[in-house]
Amino acid sequence: MPLIKDGKFVYDRFVFVPEGAAFPEDGGVMVTLDRFQSERDALIAHHRPVAVRLASNENPEVLKNDLQNIAAIALEFPVFRDGRAFSWARMLRTRFGYTGEIRGTGHFLYDQLAFMARVGFDAFDVRQDFTIEDFERAMKEMTYAYQPSADGVKTIRELRAGR
Amino acid sequence: MYRYDEFDATMVRERVAQFAYQVERRLKGELTEDEFKPLRLKNGLYLQLHSYMLRIAVPYGTLSARQFRQLAFIARKFSRGYGHFTTRQNLQLHWPKLVDVPEILGLLADVEMHCIQTSGNCVRNVTADQFAGAVAGEIEDPRILSEIIRQWSTFHPEFNYLPRKFKIAVSGTKQDRAAVKYHDIGIEIVKNEAGETGYRVFVGGGMGRTPYVALKIREFVSKEDILAYLEAILRVYNEYGRRDNIHKARIKILAHHLGIDEMRRQVDIEFAEIEKSGSLQLPAAEMARIAAYFADPDFETLPGQSPEFDAALKDRDFANWAKTNLTPHKKPGYAIATISLKNIGATPGDISADELDAVADLMDEFGYEEIRVTHEQNLVLPHVRKKDLPKLFARLKELNLAAANAGLITDIICCPGLDYCDLANARSIPIARMIQERFADLERQHNLGELKIKMSGCINACGHHHAGHIGILGVDKKGVEFYQIQIGGSGAEDAAVGEIMGPGFGKDEIVDAIERLVDTYVKLREPNERLLDTYRRVGMTPFKNVVYGEQLHAAH
Repeated sequence: MPLIKDGKFVYDRFVFVPEGAAFPEDGGVMVTLDRFQSERDALIAHHRPVAVRLASNENPEVLKNDLQNIAAIALEFPVFRDGRAFSWARMLRTRFGYTGEIRGTGHFLYDQLAFMARVGFDAFDVRQDFTIEDFERAMKEMTYAYQPSADGVKTIRELRAGR
Repeated sequence: MYRYDEFDATMVRERVAQFAYQVERRLKGELTEDEFKPLRLKNGLYLQLHSYMLRIAVPYGTLSARQFRQLAFIARKFSRGYGHFTTRQNLQLHWPKLVDVPEILGLLADVEMHCIQTSGNCVRNVTADQFAGAVAGEIEDPRILSEIIRQWSTFHPEFNYLPRKFKIAVSGTKQDRAAVKYHDIGIEIVKNEAGETGYRVFVGGGMGRTPYVALKIREFVSKEDILAYLEAILRVYNEYGRRDNIHKARIKILAHHLGIDEMRRQVDIEFAEIEKSGSLQLPAAEMARIAAYFADPDFETLPGQSPEFDAALKDRDFANWAKTNLTPHKKPGYAIATISLKNIGATPGDISADELDAVADLMDEFGYEEIRVTHEQNLVLPHVRKKDLPKLFARLKELNLAAANAGLITDIICCPGLDYCDLANARSIPIARMIQERFADLERQHNLGELKIKMSGCINACGHHHAGHIGILGVDKKGVEFYQIQIGGSGAEDAAVGEIMGPGFGKDEIVDAIERLVDTYVKLREPNERLLDTYRRVGMTPFKNVVYGEQLHAAH
C-alpha cells in the first residue's frame, strides 16, 4: 500500500510482521500491541526501528513509558466512521509528547485527511489510485481552524488577537 | 447578533467548495453512497422518503430579517415554497435536488448561514433559550457561550466521527426553556457563592428509545475553563462511547452505565490534562469580544405602562393573545412576542416563503430586525415596544399568524412523521391536527392553561414525546398505526420523563382518549394546578381509569 509521509510518497521502512510469523533478519518491523508487549525486550535489544499498530479500541496510553523506543505508531481505522484514532493521535502528540511517526491505516477517506493531519497524523497508508495532488488538495480545503489541536496551527482566535 | 468576520466568512465559503467537490465525486461515482452518506449528513443533507431534505443551521435560534428573506428566496426557488422549523431551532427544506445543493449553500453563505454539522455523528447546532437577551432575570445571555461553543465545535478535528450525534444546549435563567436536561450536555449559567458567573454542567440527557434526564457532572465550571471541560467530556465519550450498537451509542448510555461519579472521575482526569496544556483557556478579552455582538439594541427609555396597549386589551382577541403570547421584557415598555406557528389545522413548524417575507417586514418595523426560533417550533420577536403590540397583532391577524395559543394544548410539538420521514412508524401531523381541531375553542384552551402535548411518529422521539405533559408516540402494529399516551413529562427546569399509560389507541380513538384525559384533569385539579401538577399529585391511576374506562367497560 502506498505511504505518504510529510506530504510525499515515501518508501515504507516497516514490514508488518503478523502474530506468530518470524521477524526478518533486519530492517524495521511493525507489530501488534500484543506482540510488542510480549516481545518488548527482544525487539528493543535488536536495535531496529520498531513500530506498533494499535486497533481502534487500544488506548496508546499503555505505550507511554516506551515511546522513546517506538519509531512509529500506526492507528487503525476499522471503518472510517470509527473516530477513536483522532483522540489517540491527539493524546500521543499533546499529552505524551510523542514525536515519532503517527500513521493512519485501514479505512479512512480523502475527506478525513485534513482532520487527521490536525490531530497529529503525519503518515497515511493510501489507496493505490491516490495521488499527491489529492493529498495536497485535501490539506488546502480549509485555510483556518477555530480550535487548537496537535498541528500547532494558529487558531482563528489567535489570528484575531494578532490583528 | 453575531456577525462573521473574514475568518468565519472564509470558512463557510470553503465549506461550500468542499461540499461541491463531494457532490461532484458522488455524481461521478468516485464515492459510494455508503461513503457519501456521512459526508452529506455532516452538511445536513438527508435522503428521505420522497426526496432530499436540507437542514439549515440556525445557531441558537437567532435570525435576522435579511436572513429570513434569503430563506424565503431559497424556499421558493429550490423547495416548494415553504420550510419547516424543527425542535433544534433549525429550518428544514424539502425537495432540493442534489445538484442544486452547492448553489443553495452559496446563497446561505451570502447571508452568513450554513448547514455545517446539522446532522452526522458530531457536535450539532447549539441551542439556547429563545428569550435570550430579552427576558427578565437572566444571569447572562446564553448566546455568548453558544457562539463560543459553535466556533469551538465547528470542524473540530477530533470530534467529527463520534460514536453518535452530540447535542448541547445553554440556558441563562432559572426557568429552563431550552430543555437543557434532555441534552448530551446541558449548560445552566449560574453564579457561585463568590458571585462569579460560570456554568453548571449536566451530561447524559436524551430522548429516543431510552429517555434519560441528564445528570449533574459539575456544579460550577469557570468561564475560562468551559471549553477545556467540554473537550474533556467529548474525549471521554469519543474513547469509551459504544460503537457496536447504534441504539446504545449516545453519551447518555455511557454516563448512566458508568454512573455519574465514575463519569466525573474520568472527565476530571482529562480536564486536568487539558488544563495543563492551557491552549483551550478562554481569555476574558475573547469572551468580551463575542459578548459585544449580543449587546442590547438601542432601547428607548419608555414608561412601563402603555396607554395604547391598555386600550387594546378591551379587544378580546388581543387580550387572549397578550395573555399567552407575551412574556415580560427586561426593559420597561417592551415585551417579548411569540408568533405561534400552530394555527388550528396547520402543520406545526411549517412556514411559507410568503410568510417568511411578511414576518421579515414585521421584524424591520417592530422588532429590531431580529427573530428567534423556539424549540417548540414557534417564532419570537424578542424586543417589541408595548405601544406597538396592537399594531403588530393586527398585522399578524392579517397574515393568519395570530394564534393565541403559545404554551396551550394546541401548541403541539410534532415531528414530520410518516408523511415525510422514512424512519417513522406512524403519521403524526394528521393526529396533531385532529387534536387541535377538537380543542379549537380558545376559551377552553385558556381554561386548560399551560398544557404541553408533544408527539413523535416513532421511537426516535424527534417530537420530544417523553418531555410532554402529555406525550404521544406513534407505533406500528402489524401495519396498523397505534398511538401510545404518556403523561407527566417535562422538558423544563422540573425535567422528567413521562410515564407510559398503557396500550395504544387507534387513530380514530386517540383524540377521544386525549379528551377523556384532559377532562379528568379538569375534574381533579386544584386551583392553579397545571395538568402536570395534578398528575404529580394524584398519580396515574385516576387518569388511567377514565382514559381506558370505556374499554374496561366493554371488556366486562
